[in-house]
Amino acid sequence: MSEFLQKFVIALNDGSSYALIALGYTMVYGVLRLINFAHGDIFMLGAFVGAYSARTMNLMRGLPPGQEQTFWMAGLGIVCAMAFCGTAGFTIERIAYRPLRNAPKLSALITAIGVSLFIEYLAQMQFTIHGQKFFGPTPERYPPIAGSGVEFAAVRRLLNISIVPKDILVIGTTLAALLVLRFIVQNTRTGKAMRAVSLNYDSAKLMGININRIISFTFVLGSVLAAVGGCLWGLNRNQCEPLMGIMPGLKAFVAAVIGGIGNIPGAAAGGFLLAFIETYISSVQYHGEAILSPYKDAIAFFLLILVLLFKPEGIFGKSVAEKV
Amino acid sequence: MLRLTGLLASMACFMAALGLGVASFAQTTPAPAGEAIRVGSLASMTGGNSTFGQSSDAGARLAAEERNKAGGVLGRPVQIFTADTESLPDKTGLAVLKLLNQDKVCAVLGEVASSRSMAAAPDCQRAHIPLLSPASTNPKVTKLGNYVFRACFVDDFQGVTIAKFTATELKLKRAALLTDIKNDYSTGLMKVLVEEFPKLGGTIVAKESYQAGDSNFKTQLTNLKAANPEIVFLPGYYTEVALIVTQARELGLNCPFIGGDGWDSDKTIANGGKNVEGCYFTNHYDANDPDPKVQEFVKKFKEKNNAVPDAMAVLGYDAANILFDAIERAKSTDGPAIRDALAATKDFPAVTGKITINKDRNAIKPAVVLKIEGGKFVMVKRVEP
Repeated sequence: MSEFLQKFVIALNDGSSYALIALGYTMVYGVLRLINFAHGDIFMLGAFVGAYSARTMNLMRGLPPGQEQTFWMAGLGIVCAMAFCGTAGFTIERIAYRPLRNAPKLSALITAIGVSLFIEYLAQMQFTIHGQKFFGPTPERYPPIAGSGVEFAAVRRLLNISIVPKDILVIGTTLAALLVLRFIVQNTRTGKAMRAVSLNYDSAKLMGININRIISFTFVLGSVLAAVGGCLWGLNRNQCEPLMGIMPGLKAFVAAVIGGIGNIPGAAAGGFLLAFIETYISSVQYHGEAILSPYKDAIAFFLLILVLLFKPEGIFGKSVAEKV
Repeated sequence: MLRLTGLLASMACFMAALGLGVASFAQTTPAPAGEAIRVGSLASMTGGNSTFGQSSDAGARLAAEERNKAGGVLGRPVQIFTADTESLPDKTGLAVLKLLNQDKVCAVLGEVASSRSMAAAPDCQRAHIPLLSPASTNPKVTKLGNYVFRACFVDDFQGVTIAKFTATELKLKRAALLTDIKNDYSTGLMKVLVEEFPKLGGTIVAKESYQAGDSNFKTQLTNLKAANPEIVFLPGYYTEVALIVTQARELGLNCPFIGGDGWDSDKTIANGGKNVEGCYFTNHYDANDPDPKVQEFVKKFKEKNNAVPDAMAVLGYDAANILFDAIERAKSTDGPAIRDALAATKDFPAVTGKITINKDRNAIKPAVVLKIEGGKFVMVKRVEP
């Protein structure tokens, strides 16, 4: 039982990361009908910015760069990452996607893949500014929050599982982000405009909604969420590297599709669902050996195929019949 | 007038020649001259195993520098060409081709990781250029061709050392196993442990796997914890090892971990911190070994590179010296000649011990078991082959 509960906590943790990234995918698809493959790389950039802000703060205080950080330092890191990624998302939309607004959807898709590869390979080059190294192919240390790895004794006594402050941080921040997002989408004018554009692009234009501003806003919002996701990922695993966004990005895309692409609660639900399926399936034991564990990633993509075959609109999506 | 200037000029030349002649007699060893002997260094300078490549390359370069000061090889200077494999087997193929075709090296030192040595071996074998791996321990590496050699022990020996140490010294019988299935070094060591540990009376209570590049191991660790092991075998590379042990401690899995030479990096302690205290791993050498040869090497390396040399550095140094010695004995830079000379290496006095290359093109050498104590690697036992 305690194993089951422990895996539950692990799945919540992983699911939070997938949910945060999946939201970005789903929102951009909603307004633009575009799968922004570069989204996973924004996630990666967010993690790096968080890591570098921690490193800089440590060096400014005369500490070794890999020293554990305080909660407030981590918070500041997340804010910097949000600012950087919001700007990055905005820039990418302006430079790469807006010129292709009226081009066939395929062109925009290929451009998205191109942007993704560009960011990934740019990040594998090492830059030295003022003697400090940035990016490069070797994994960078993301300093953890001091004491965030120490399990809660009370939880250990009651449930015999380990919950560490890191878990609370990741899951809590994700829930807070989801609530803020819900507020923005449901209770603000911009959110209403986003929903309108998502429902019917041309009618929204006719109703006087400034499409360009709404699309830019969507990109920035999605990128900010990805940045938070990246920093939480870094705080949890204590390292970040240029290709770290590929797998989580792909899995978050799968999560968004499972939940219904374009559907915001669906993306979050899909993220958690995917994490749960992954965690529990990779625990299947046969004669003391976890035989399905090496195929963890394959399971996620197999699920994508199943969903696309049998319920392509996803769990929460509405089946839209083609009107002839 | 012209005749006078001519006389003065020839006198000046004569004095210069005399001066040079005197100067050359004043030097104890003649500086190496002539076309450089080109040696390739195939190393993971960047990527997930960057400390391995940087260390082995630094070791090789120190050996070359020393050798050049002592007159070079066959009177010619040695020049090392480094190709970065980026810690990826696919990039290794490209890197070794650059060394063979572009830099036209007469021999290749590298790679450190077994997976990558195995990726480079076929090209070297085809080109009849010897490949001398300083630290690849998977037995399969040298089986790929008679031009492939190694200057270190094999996992058959390393795995047995780990199993024996756990069973007889630590006296622990229940072990869990966490393998990196993406690399040959780890899977090779795993196979040996699975075979040998039960022979010594132990049981492997749980087996899990991960892939290099993963950063979340909590699911696997939860499964391992449920089986209640006394120790966990972790034959992986340092980048994941630090993360794995940290996450294990977070889950309340507090038993010691033991691994192989893939742990040897300062990043293990830097990233693992106090979580890796009390863990063990087998290695090729101990930097604190009082043997004067070891200490002299440590001093030289520290002076040049401002860091204590790890096993990869000393093996890179030893491998380079073995290669230079082979070239001297072969009296040529021809691939086949160097290959034969390497195969005949006997009792070469290296820093890590007297090295003899056996008929399988492997080196017979002792191993050490190190414990992580007080943020340092401390030698606990030396195991002879």
